[in-house]
Amino acid sequence: MITITNVSKWYGDFNVLKQCSTEVSKGEVVVVCGPSGSGKSTLIKCVNGLEPFQEGEILIDGISVGDRRTNLPKLRSRVGMVFQHFELFPHLTVVQNLTLAQCQVLKRGAKEATEKGLRLLDMVGLQTQAKKFPAQLSGGQQQRVAIARALAMDPIAMLFDEPTSALDPEMIKEVLDVMVKLAQEGMTMIVVTHEMGFARTVADRVIFMDQGQIVEDRPKEEFFKNPGTDRAQQFLSKILSH
Amino acid sequence: MYSFDWSSIPGALPLLRNGMLLTLEITIVAVVAGILLGTVIAVMRLSPNPFLSSLAALYVSGFRSIPLVMVLLWFYLLVPQVINQVFGHPALDIRLLSAFVAFSLFEASYYAEIIRAGIQSVSKGQVSAGLALGMTGSQTMRLIILPQAFRRMIPLLLTQAIILFQDTSLVYVIGLAEFFGNAYNVGNRDGTLVELLLFAGAVYFVFCFAASMLVRRLQKKIAA
Repeated sequence: MITITNVSKWYGDFNVLKQCSTEVSKGEVVVVCGPSGSGKSTLIKCVNGLEPFQEGEILIDGISVGDRRTNLPKLRSRVGMVFQHFELFPHLTVVQNLTLAQCQVLKRGAKEATEKGLRLLDMVGLQTQAKKFPAQLSGGQQQRVAIARALAMDPIAMLFDEPTSALDPEMIKEVLDVMVKLAQEGMTMIVVTHEMGFARTVADRVIFMDQGQIVEDRPKEEFFKNPGTDRAQQFLSKILSH
Repeated sequence: MYSFDWSSIPGALPLLRNGMLLTLEITIVAVVAGILLGTVIAVMRLSPNPFLSSLAALYVSGFRSIPLVMVLLWFYLLVPQVINQVFGHPALDIRLLSAFVAFSLFEASYYAEIIRAGIQSVSKGQVSAGLALGMTGSQTMRLIILPQAFRRMIPLLLTQAIILFQDTSLVYVIGLAEFFGNAYNVGNRDGTLVELLLFAGAVYFVFCFAASMLVRRLQKKIAA
């Protein structure tokens, strides 16, 4: 469903992504990990065209992200994204956060959008918070709203950019629980995260990136049992030891 | 010792009130038009298109480099000529129109900079979030960035409006009967210029001081 072929990207002279290729099939959950600055966030931002790339090709459901003729807003409306810092709209209530793009982009009526929004809030366990503003919620609650907001667009795939990195430890689980549920329901997901517990539970594959390259791309059992490269081994021992 | 003669003020009050209404009218028109035009210029200034952004930069630095009173006089002298040329007959009283146009264009250059700073104060992640949901760039600007930017800018926009309110007194150079001009004329007529100007100053002070207090309260409320 998502095909990434030889994608390279430069910031000026700096080569952030080097010839990255991988593929994510429908219903697959892929975890992307690696040291900071390895390009993993940049890679998933290329997938929905938030970051431009200079070489290679990314296809979503057969539509090329980098093609100038592609209707990017339309393509993005079909791919949900969850950010490290939530990025809820602070001037709107929780339920308005969920309905804005439904009404503006998908042209749903207010009633339909609100019903959909409330159903999703229920799914993430926040139906009682609908009328509050984002600033009145905890970080974990905000991130769950952000996931619901992305799901309100009925996406064919979801991208997660370090969804738990900005959270206090006691709030990480409530967000991961929602993500596990999503994965088990068959959502196609690319998740940039250091939560190896999550990877072990639901990932089909693990991609390890270092210095802009995809160093490993293997089924999770293989990756955890016996990482093929020293760099991945070192990385795993560092993040698993604490 | 100078002895004050306040006797001409009570009789002049209706005239002064009408003048104040005109002052407020010019202020409100210029604030509304200035913010609308200023928003357009601010968005142009931040556009990735180099032509649009330098055009906006030229506008802003152009108007900021000219004294307001000259803009006012130019428009007063220019706009009738243009109307005469275009419609082929001498225009009616266009002093008010030229005051509206001059103040609006001039204020837009100040508002544009305030609004630009306001837009830039909203985090880039908000733009990403809007785009990621499938909104277009202009939907994101209109529905997500500008509402947040304006909320933060309200104190600055109001402070600028207070300055504008005082600056409207400059229209006396084109002979409009706004508050300051009327006070000046009454004082001249009755030989009580000092008293009238003191009175006018007190009125400006009361209006502006009250408005500043309001801004300060708003600022606290927004910061909270």
